[in-house]
Amino acid sequence: MENFEPEIVAFCCHYCAYTAADMAGSKRISYPSNVKIIRVPCTGKVDAIHLMKALEKGADGVYVAGCLEGDCHFKNGNIRALARVDRVKKQLTELGWEPERVAMVNMSAGMGETFAQVAREFTETIKKLGPSPGKRTGNENKVAS
Amino acid sequence: MITAEQKPIQEIIQYIAPYDRILLVGCNECVTVCAAGGRKEVGLLASALHLNSLKQGKTIDIKEITLERQCDPEYVEELAPYIDGADAVVSMACGCGVQSVAGRYKNSPVFPAVNTRFMGASLGQGVWSERCKGCGDCVLGITGGICPVARCSKHLLNGPCGGTSNGQCEISPDVECAWRLIWERLKALGLENRYEDLMNAKDWRPGGAGGPGKIIREDLAQ
Repeated sequence: MENFEPEIVAFCCHYCAYTAADMAGSKRISYPSNVKIIRVPCTGKVDAIHLMKALEKGADGVYVAGCLEGDCHFKNGNIRALARVDRVKKQLTELGWEPERVAMVNMSAGMGETFAQVAREFTETIKKLGPSPGKRTGNENKVAS
Repeated sequence: MITAEQKPIQEIIQYIAPYDRILLVGCNECVTVCAAGGRKEVGLLASALHLNSLKQGKTIDIKEITLERQCDPEYVEELAPYIDGADAVVSMACGCGVQSVAGRYKNSPVFPAVNTRFMGASLGQGVWSERCKGCGDCVLGITGGICPVARCSKHLLNGPCGGTSNGQCEISPDVECAWRLIWERLKALGLENRYEDLMNAKDWRPGGAGGPGKIIREDLAQ
């Protein structure tokens, strides 16, 4: 478990978190390579099925990074994304998975340090939780397929 | 439309526990509109069942398919090529759809994944409210377009009971008194005199009390 390096998927809004990741890079702020970024036009585009499929395919944690509340370029995409994240958390709880494996975070395009800090903190959270329940039962190959 | 809500996931898991190959069937009609059993919900439920099987260390094969209408035989027939490849069927349609599938494929166990709730209308995104009880003898023409059968908690036909309080029903402050709504509507239409007309005791037989309902259109039936 000590050597466990989680696979983390981050759905990042083009207008904020993705640009914040760029900013982190420009400022040479490092963040864990465990985090794999998927750029989306708005976090409102992220559906519950995307979060579920990421976990099903082997991600140990998934988070959605959207604009600060009130700053969504499409008015309320980030609010919708939060509702979907909450729904998936509830579903995971009912399935006996840790709801902390999914999260919603908010930041602006200029918050490169915040992006890196969120990536570090979420990676630590998942490291403490350990591998996804799907990987603990000898299903490593199945989740990766 | 007919509204429904997904059953608790653990209930569905228990239904399918003995089986490895599941045919998961959605419906493109009412349950799609009320976000309970359309293509999207089929995908989400399949994913949840996969997560559960991963945790259990099991392998489960789920074939996802969403029919145009699960309550019509011609669409239910579309399951025929897949039925032999499944140990069990899980239907995300209303009770009508579940029974249509179970009636057509008698050798396959068919389980419901949703609880059918009521005939309702949408009040806004994600909110549905009961509007019709299917009583078989519509009174909306004399109640200003507001149904006392579906919207009065006691199904009263001749004015409110003593439980109405500030225009709300005694069962909950969130429930409007149907007869208050009817009175306001009749007043707005200038039809207050209609309120004085007494309705006779209702014949509940067309609405289910006379046994299962059936419609046969002679000009259409073959």
